[in-house]
Amino acid sequence: MNRSMLLRRLLQAIPTLFGVSVVVFVLVRVVPGNPIAMMLPPGATAADMERLRVAYGLDGSIVEQYVIWLGQALTGAFGTSISLRQDVLELVLGRLPATLELALFATVLAVTIGVLATMLGSLYRGRWPETLIDTINGFTLAVPDFIWALALILLFGVVLPILPISGRINPRLGTEFLTGFYLLEALLTGRFTVLGDLLRHIIMPSIALALPLAAIITRVLKNSLAEAMVQDYVMIARVKGFSRWRIIWQEALRNAAIPALTLTGVQFTFLVGGTVLVEKIFSYPGIGNMAIDAVTNRDLPLIQGLILCFAVIFITVNLLVDLSYALLNPRLRS
Amino acid sequence: MTTALLNWRILVGGGIVALLALIALFAPLLAPVDPLEQDLFLELLPPWWQADADPTRALGADSLGRDVLSRLIHAARPALIVAVVAGTLTMLLGTALGLMAGYMGGVVDTLISRMVDIWTSFPAVLLAIMLVALIGTGLHSVIIAIVLIDWTRFCRVVRAETLAQAEMEYIDAAVTGGLRRGAILFREVLPNILPLVIVLLTLEMSIAIIVEAVLSFVGLSVSSDSPTWGGMIAEGRQVIHQAWWVMAFPMGLILIAVLALNLLGDGLKTALDPVLRR
Repeated sequence: MNRSMLLRRLLQAIPTLFGVSVVVFVLVRVVPGNPIAMMLPPGATAADMERLRVAYGLDGSIVEQYVIWLGQALTGAFGTSISLRQDVLELVLGRLPATLELALFATVLAVTIGVLATMLGSLYRGRWPETLIDTINGFTLAVPDFIWALALILLFGVVLPILPISGRINPRLGTEFLTGFYLLEALLTGRFTVLGDLLRHIIMPSIALALPLAAIITRVLKNSLAEAMVQDYVMIARVKGFSRWRIIWQEALRNAAIPALTLTGVQFTFLVGGTVLVEKIFSYPGIGNMAIDAVTNRDLPLIQGLILCFAVIFITVNLLVDLSYALLNPRLRS
Repeated sequence: MTTALLNWRILVGGGIVALLALIALFAPLLAPVDPLEQDLFLELLPPWWQADADPTRALGADSLGRDVLSRLIHAARPALIVAVVAGTLTMLLGTALGLMAGYMGGVVDTLISRMVDIWTSFPAVLLAIMLVALIGTGLHSVIIAIVLIDWTRFCRVVRAETLAQAEMEYIDAAVTGGLRRGAILFREVLPNILPLVIVLLTLEMSIAIIVEAVLSFVGLSVSSDSPTWGGMIAEGRQVIHQAWWVMAFPMGLILIAVLALNLLGDGLKTALDPVLRR
């Protein structure tokens, strides 16, 4: 990967982000309801309203208004949340680590499940474990994360109550965290009681998010692994007398992984989208849960901030996927 | 697989879907009691097989003492309406744009394909919640949101298939025969991609049911007093430790509906594809 390609790809992200900012800006203009009227106390005069309009730059043309808004947004001033009465940027940044941790944990889980299922399927090709894995996979592909989350709550929260069904941490355990990344911080500082509690909270939402992705990974990886298994280098490894397990793990899987890896990156954005609902179901304090509350409360400044936050995540992820694809594919590297 | 057009997938999947449709259609006749009737004496009543159940409330009652069975039956209505209406409209929009992009090519294709790319780069659930927040709640908003978001699913597949069909010899024959472009598109290309579109429609209907459930779960579908599966799940989630059945039954029904539609789609795929049928 050369530097100009990297730069070009980075520059391509700017128009996309610009487009999102326009959409976010327009969003607030088309929603019924006068934001100025909502700010004023009852009994305010028309002159008060006009003063406030000028103060917020709402007396200019729509383009002028956009420029003012963009200027504020670029400095991180997204306004104050109407329902929570706090700075939007602070609110979003405070919740973001929880969502990122959940999404990344779920992705790791999905890749692990996907790779294991693929390897088992390939190891027992044509025998009952392969059929079983295929059947389970077909079922998993059809069922959305929403249903998985509810089923997990019923199973491990109620029928067999071994896991907590809401929140991120037992409130009695953890308050003294320096960063928002509780899981990582507990691991690095060696607080294993806290870590255990965090894991017990994160496991169900992340499985709900991971299963649909794991099913997709399994399907793609299985196909590309089947292709790799008939290549010459696999034949050579067989002739050398390597075990089937070793051939799959050390030879074929590496070459089969590229399509699955790209796919995982693309699907990661959908997983982040899925956190919105799963966080709501598990009362997990991330930005997804916050987004639903913001929508229910019609908290426009907060909705704006959250959409921009999600957009930045998606654009970044897509960028990273493209870059990693270029790094992994020797043909694109030169 | 036999040559029979009716394989077991179509029979089982289609049978369950038809049953759900009948339940939705005849909901007022089938529901044992008024789904909105509250009876605080029956609060969180367990289903029939448990000790202190009430025989008139077969599947128990929710936290307001409303009959779970009657609510389940009535909630099949919004789910099925959204599945059919949103599914069909999404199919029409997506297929039309896909045909246009695939057959006209050039600027039209670039424009539509670019739009599909942008659309699909944003997660659907998030988009749906934002859209409904914008256009307001209600069944029609749910339908509009699904159509506006999911047309890409049809568009992408139909475009690719149209491109493939345009290469075929029968199209050359039609061109040589002097058929106009519009006629070729509707009389030659469309019938050949129709099986694919029908399979996609069953999948779209299952997605529509999920989206409706999701939106009513977060309180953005029909108003909260008329029953929806998603709304029932949300209520059940609150009382899950006291009364798991309030959440479990609607969840099970959504699962059954989604799996049945997927099964039907799989069955149709094999039945309608001459290569797979053999």
